[in-house]
Amino acid sequence: MRVALFIACYNDALFPDTGKAVTTVLERLGHTVEFPMAQTCCGQMHYNTGYRREAESLVGAFNDAFRGYDAIVTPSGSCGGHVRHHHETETAPNVYEFSEFLVDVLGVSDVGAYYPHRVTYHPTCHSLRMLRVGDKPLRLLRAVEGIDLVELPEAESCCGFGGTFAMKNSETSVAMLRDKMDNVHITKAGTLCASDNSCLMHIGAGLGRIKSGVRTLHLAEILAATK
Amino acid sequence: MSDEKVNVVWLGSPTFPNAAHDALRDGQLRRNLKHATTTIRDKRLRAVAELDDWETLRLAGSQIKDRVMRHLDEYLLRLEASVTAAGGVVHWAEDADAANRIVIELVRAKGADEVVKIKSMATQEIGLNEALAADGVTATETDLAELIVQLAGDRPSHILVPAIHRNRTEIRDIFRREMGKYGVAAPDDLTDEPRVLAEAARLHLREKFLRAKVAVSGANFACADTGTVAVVESEGNGRMCLTLPETLITVMGIEKVLPAFADLEVFLQLLPRSSTAERMNPYTSLWTGVTPGDGPQEFHLILLDNGRSATLADRQGRSALHCIRCSACLNVCPVYERTGGRSYGSVYPGPIGAVLTPQLVGVGTSKHADSLPFASTLCGACYDACPVRIDIPEMLVHLRAKVVDAHRGEKLPAPEALAMKAARVVFGSPRRLAVAERLGALGGRIAGIRGGRWLPGPAKKWTAARDVPVPPRESFRTWWRKAGRR
Ligand code: SF4
Repeated sequence: MRVALFIACYNDALFPDTGKAVTTVLERLGHTVEFPMAQTCCGQMHYNTGYRREAESLVGAFNDAFRGYDAIVTPSGSCGGHVRHHHETETAPNVYEFSEFLVDVLGVSDVGAYYPHRVTYHPTCHSLRMLRVGDKPLRLLRAVEGIDLVELPEAESCCGFGGTFAMKNSETSVAMLRDKMDNVHITKAGTLCASDNSCLMHIGAGLGRIKSGVRTLHLAEILAATK
Repeated sequence: MSDEKVNVVWLGSPTFPNAAHDALRDGQLRRNLKHATTTIRDKRLRAVAELDDWETLRLAGSQIKDRVMRHLDEYLLRLEASVTAAGGVVHWAEDADAANRIVIELVRAKGADEVVKIKSMATQEIGLNEALAADGVTATETDLAELIVQLAGDRPSHILVPAIHRNRTEIRDIFRREMGKYGVAAPDDLTDEPRVLAEAARLHLREKFLRAKVAVSGANFACADTGTVAVVESEGNGRMCLTLPETLITVMGIEKVLPAFADLEVFLQLLPRSSTAERMNPYTSLWTGVTPGDGPQEFHLILLDNGRSATLADRQGRSALHCIRCSACLNVCPVYERTGGRSYGSVYPGPIGAVLTPQLVGVGTSKHADSLPFASTLCGACYDACPVRIDIPEMLVHLRAKVVDAHRGEKLPAPEALAMKAARVVFGSPRRLAVAERLGALGGRIAGIRGGRWLPGPAKKWTAARDVPVPPRESFRTWWRKAGRR
């Protein structure tokens, strides 16, 4: 099986550790990961903001960059969802969100991770309602050694990010963010985990502002951690 | 009572972010909304979980509506023929003004100066009450929540629970202050107990039911094959309006037609569970034309277009017309939960309002309408809840594209349009992206090192409550290349 990492542009620029973690986990499971250098952006942000023409012009390049791979694995629920739903190309059906790939394709839930901390998980909207990953991320987390996984109240409520929504409707976005942060604090978890760094960046930026001390971490980074 | 000008939208409404600014500061509103929406959400989930064929029903509902839209002209003509054959009179109204004129003429012809009304979105959309008032006819809303809104001179904020933004103490005060001005006054010792409030409304309304010669209603469904019109409600006030007055006038959006009476089987299961989380709504009234000696002896059906044909013409937007006004999408919407319905500036609030309003009034016609498709995080909760499976998130994105396209080529493009173009150029080539990432990392680190938690310009909107993420020293692709990987 030829496996490619589709990192998503914002992870490439802002969250390289997530890409490294995905690679670490997959290699630990015995797979070779390739990173097609020609990849850039899937156009999700353009598409969702109404810049459809600009988005469409990126589809061809994505397809060219990932042609020939059996699985294109991404740590971004929203970009994975976008490609699968809106790119009508030969590569689109081969795109898997990270937790889907582990559970559905590789059939594993225990990836040999160790993370001895209290963690709560926020299921991001696009992984939940667009990709329908269900409880796959939770199954992976439950198998982590030493973890104290606590349920997040009102977990399925949106954190208020929504891409450009966070700017265009910043006040509503912040109102939603506040409720999400309150719920995170109720859990007394030291780590907030999610499968998408965009939402995680939003919540993390809010938590940072109020100096809450809660750390945000992508699922892949918890799964990459070992003794 | 209110005399604001309304045609789908309240004319001159501010953009969504501006309206939300005020709503978000209203602590009482926020608490009322949170309480009401979370309660109904859980109830709906339970009601829906009882049916093991729920998803099949949803699919059936969406397919029937799909067929209606594809052959709308045929079904409407069939409906007209059936209603006429059953002794009713059918009128066609191209827009709000035309519909209002028809109602006013019919009321005048009866020599009436007051009408009783059943809660109806269509008559609210065309501003019928205001048009009647301008012509000297008093319209009384008989649905409890609508009555509260009407007495308070308020705008409704929810499709199904128009007074969701009011709690019972506020309602008691409105009744005490206003009821006497329009008829039977509320008793002096009125408390805020629901039973007591309902009794005051009952006494106030009873007098009007017994006196009114004309009733005005909307319609939930109309069956093309039999000409049967259906109204579902909870309180029984509608049943009074539909049986006591001599004349009944129904204003119905053209999209409400169903092919056959048998289709009600699907929708009468979908609607109550989605809207009030009930297995069955307390009152379902069905009538077919006129029955001699029983109920209204004159029945008029006004078929309203008011932007619907134009909506129908857009293949990606037309399924907004599938809506059965259950309001489930409002109740599950995290944006609606914070801002309330009035921020949408339309009689159709919430997610469905964000896709229906701009289509009915036209994309590009006002800043207000153009702001609505952006009033969503695209979280998708509405799609999951919708009993007729309207893909609201996808339609929001479609309408965003229409808004953007309507403003392309403007002399001074918005900063966002420039940013999107620039991003497109950068993402067009991996090399340009690598360079941009290095520059970005540098700039970001400088901002971060300066303690740049507060940024100027448009970014201020982000930093008002959120820190700026500091980019790492090197991007993933740089690390990959340096690590000698392939
Ligand atoms: S769009 Fe769907 S969920 Fe919303 S009110 Fe209409 S039918 Fe109900």
